[in-house]
Amino acid sequence: MTDWRFHLAQQRGSLTALAIFIAMFVFYVANHPAGFTANVVQTVANKGVLLALVAMAQTLVVLTSGIDLSVGMIFILCNCVASYVVSGSATATTLGIIGVIAVGAVCGAINAMIVIFGRLQPIVTTIATGAVYFGIALWIRPSPGTSSEFNSDIADALTGKLFDLVPTSVVVLLGVVLVVWLPFQGSVIGRAVYAVGSSEQAAYMSGMPIRRAKFAAYVLGGMLAACGGLFLTFFTYSGEASLANGNTYTLYSIAAVVLGGVSLFGGRGSAIGAIFGALAFRAIGDLLFVFNVDPLWQPLFQGLVLLLAVSIGSARLFQVRNRLELFT
Amino acid sequence: MDSLVPLFRMEGISKRYGGVRALQRADLEVRAGRVHAILGENGAGKSTLIKIMSGVVAPDEGRMLLDGREVNFSDPAAANAAGIVCIFQELSLVPDLSVADNIVASNPPGRFGLIDRKAQRRLAEAALARAGGEDIHPLALVRDLPLSRRQMIEIARALTRTPRVLILDEATSALAAADVSRVFDVLKRLKAEGIALLYISHRMHEIAELADDCSVFRNGRRIATYEAGTKSDNEVVEMMIGREYSHVFPPKPAAPAATAAAPVLEVRSLCWAPRLSDISFGVQAGEVVGLGGLDGQGQRELLLALFGVLRGISGQVLIDGQPVSIGSPREAKAEAIGMALIPEDRKTEGLMLQMSVRDNLSFATLSELAHGGIIDRDAERDAVDEMIKLLAIKTDGVSVPVGSLSGGNQQKVVIAKWLMRKPRIILLNDPTRGIDVGTKQEFYQLLRRLADAGAAIVLYSTDYDELIGCCDKVLVLYDGTVKRTLEGAEITERALVSLALNIDTSAGEAPPNAMVGA
Amino acid sequence: MLEATTGLNDRRRDWRHRIDVPVATAFGCIVLLLVLGSFYSSNFLSPQYLLQQLKVGAFLGIIATGMMLVILLGQIDLSVPWTVTLGAMMASAAAAHGAVGEALAIPVGIFCGLLIGLVNGVGVAYLRIPSMIITLAVNAVAQGLMVAYTGGFAPGDSASAAMRYLAAGTILGVPNAAIMWLLTGCLAVFLLTRTTFGRAIYGIGNKETAAYLSGVPTQRVVMTAFALSGALAAFGGVLLAGYAGKAAQSMGDAYLLPSIAAVVLGGTSILGGRGSYLGTIAGVILITLLQSILSVMQIAEFGRQIIYGVIIVIMLLLYGREKIVR
Repeated sequence: MTDWRFHLAQQRGSLTALAIFIAMFVFYVANHPAGFTANVVQTVANKGVLLALVAMAQTLVVLTSGIDLSVGMIFILCNCVASYVVSGSATATTLGIIGVIAVGAVCGAINAMIVIFGRLQPIVTTIATGAVYFGIALWIRPSPGTSSEFNSDIADALTGKLFDLVPTSVVVLLGVVLVVWLPFQGSVIGRAVYAVGSSEQAAYMSGMPIRRAKFAAYVLGGMLAACGGLFLTFFTYSGEASLANGNTYTLYSIAAVVLGGVSLFGGRGSAIGAIFGALAFRAIGDLLFVFNVDPLWQPLFQGLVLLLAVSIGSARLFQVRNRLELFT
Repeated sequence: MDSLVPLFRMEGISKRYGGVRALQRADLEVRAGRVHAILGENGAGKSTLIKIMSGVVAPDEGRMLLDGREVNFSDPAAANAAGIVCIFQELSLVPDLSVADNIVASNPPGRFGLIDRKAQRRLAEAALARAGGEDIHPLALVRDLPLSRRQMIEIARALTRTPRVLILDEATSALAAADVSRVFDVLKRLKAEGIALLYISHRMHEIAELADDCSVFRNGRRIATYEAGTKSDNEVVEMMIGREYSHVFPPKPAAPAATAAAPVLEVRSLCWAPRLSDISFGVQAGEVVGLGGLDGQGQRELLLALFGVLRGISGQVLIDGQPVSIGSPREAKAEAIGMALIPEDRKTEGLMLQMSVRDNLSFATLSELAHGGIIDRDAERDAVDEMIKLLAIKTDGVSVPVGSLSGGNQQKVVIAKWLMRKPRIILLNDPTRGIDVGTKQEFYQLLRRLADAGAAIVLYSTDYDELIGCCDKVLVLYDGTVKRTLEGAEITERALVSLALNIDTSAGEAPPNAMVGA
Repeated sequence: MLEATTGLNDRRRDWRHRIDVPVATAFGCIVLLLVLGSFYSSNFLSPQYLLQQLKVGAFLGIIATGMMLVILLGQIDLSVPWTVTLGAMMASAAAAHGAVGEALAIPVGIFCGLLIGLVNGVGVAYLRIPSMIITLAVNAVAQGLMVAYTGGFAPGDSASAAMRYLAAGTILGVPNAAIMWLLTGCLAVFLLTRTTFGRAIYGIGNKETAAYLSGVPTQRVVMTAFALSGALAAFGGVLLAGYAGKAAQSMGDAYLLPSIAAVVLGGTSILGGRGSYLGTIAGVILITLLQSILSVMQIAEFGRQIIYGVIIVIMLLLYGREKIVR
């Protein structure tokens, strides 16, 4: 059935990432002293889900052939906001969660406006707005802390296990994919996002909604980063305005995106691939641990993997036959 | 189905681009249920007419009437809404989306913003079938398909927009004969349904098969309209040429005696798949060799190949009889080879618009004007002043950004930049396109002086007058090969036009109604 | 018709053309800040304070010089944070290796930065990897190297005497760091205005296609510019280590955003091809003054971050917008 051939080709990047992750996961679990137990899976899942959410956020912006260097800061900012508002009664907590996601949406919207109407390059825009978002985070949480009425129940529930087996965080991630990503991919706006990243000129000539697509990508990205921030709060029970953490997540989200088969030039790839890319990237550290490699080497390994991944991604440029095509 | 009232009419349309008049009070009538073919040389105004019709540009004067009522189109979407659909070149397909996505791009089926994939696929398959492209799988990515398939997709997409007037601008240029006949079947069916078709092509046999009416354009005006089949190919060619000669060319030297010296530049069996195949020619010192033929037949690629920009070239290039391998413009311009290329688009390839006139002029000669990497300011100033004088470049000082100069003067800067190197081999890619008449005259004088001084010149021009007036011999390219080489007195407009259109009139007067095979 | 103008006329027009609005604005802002500051305290106009600002700004100035070269090309160097740190740590490490090491400390530090820059340059020029991506990756690798090297702790090696002298000493009352900046700046200006390399940088930043078709060795120029950026960032790190007496983890993080801001505020277009070093000087002084005033007014770190971000966006909106693509 030739149909399958096309679907397969389309998902090639994501499937590769999945394969890499599975290989690493199997390796890890096989060599872990505790083996394939629910607890081990849960720890892997919890750490991975954080990066997965931020990677999804980055994917959306990268698909439009932009980049979001503020995504880690939105993550941190929402973490700090959540440490205040995820508290009190069930209603208050729910409103708080909605509020946090709204903060992410607003941050994304600001990025979008500057890029679309200000016509500024996404890279410099998001470096600058990232600083602003971090500043705000630092303002509301000058030192790590939490609300006195922090709703630890919901935090435990969402970071625990369902039926003592499946990590809840994975279920939530799955839910996000089903409720947010898949409908988005199948929508008119979603397809316009791909078109804009692939060829903005052709998208214009085809009458696709370019501005709305870019706007949607940045806002949705902000909201996903906010979900990541929420989850961080659930894990740590607190909010911390950590510059290092924010930068790390921004950088790792790019690594995850590249590993997940999303093209940095835009127009190709899937957030699902980015999720597996994130899990695989995280797994590097875990693998090093299992093989008794000094954790000090972990950042270097991860950096090298990123470097290798981006270099390979550009290797096809060697096949260019008219050198003028190398210049934009 | 015949109709007496024209479905679409254009009256008195004029359009200027800077100093160049693309259309001068042009008019056109398009009738429902008929195929109207438009013929004309490069620069006759055909594509400008089409752009105005399909809402891409606005006319300076004139009006358009649809069903007898005046209309104005602010953008392509407005024209589409009125039923005027133009089939663009491939630039309007999104490479990373599937065929189906592209076909329904502007109006996808679905609810609540979600796309109904199944319905989309059905629509796409139907559109493809209508266009004769059933072999194209709707899920294939456009970027993986060759140009011929992409053109079919463009046609399929145009059909989904329920056009009343369908414009095809060289829409079959990349299609093989079998595809073309399938497309023609579709077009004939559309004709029967009452759609008006506008067909621009240079392929006389296609026009003979498809068209009902033909209009010939020349110099921005409609010269004649006639029913297809009522004029011979030669009469058509006569109508297309026959302009008043607005150029005066310096006299060419008598044909030089065959010299024993090796040509300065020689090309043997140059190939660059898929755009160039088996090109061979030679250029002597002092000779001006022209490249003729329609746009896009490989002339640009040939010049780029000689200049070291293309990779994967096979065949031989010899300089002074010695084979050389040129891997970059840097190697090409080096002393040993001494080549220069005046590129096609001065704004993106020839100049750095924001930099000063001086910086642009000296840019290709920097290493020669410098000692150990440090620029010798005095030498630079002298060289720059010399060039400004030599080419009479009109500029408000050397420090103004070159983007502030007029088009003609900008082009002079590009040429001067290279002349500063005193090159032996000069390649020119359509150097007088969009230049005013006065500057063109200066240019022709300069070209003659350079040739007399011993430079070997290769000139690609879309202006037949230039090829006739400046060149000692002309290679007419068609589909990446040299169709024929015209020498000396053989270079006539008739010959150039005919060869470009793939009509063989070398035997003199061809019999009327000559049908030439594909 | 001949109308080539030379001589006095030309020079007059040159001068008028050369008033760069962004540069003038930047200097205007500096004056404004000083005036505003003087309302807060008269110390702001004292020579000690101004010299102090020059010294503090010198480190940023040297790093921003390298960043400017790269931005002029239309690229960006996000590996500055850990190149600075790596340069500082490697120089200090060398200094701990006896007399030979001590003498070679500064060159070693600079050389390490040069290598990092070369990796960036090769990636951008030859592999055509977008600069923001590869410099981010290289930054991560540099960080990984330093974390592994130091074991995550603050490095124990201290700066060499030469480093300390260059960074903290004075000659005739003028801080050496400022003199280093001055020398670096003169070199940069010379490079940019008098050499083929500098001309090529502007050309590539303007239109790489046209530069390539003019036969300029674009790839070599881009690679060299990145190498210089790395070397300058490392040199900044070396001096910073000299100033503080030793290197520290993450010491370079605070220099990325300000170096980009300084270059952009000084009128260099983020898209490349346009900008003068005078503007970068103005931008560095502006940022340094801003930082100083904010801290004297005791505006907390968070406020500084927000103000940075907002100012960059505003300046970019004024000078760095892309044309509408049709």
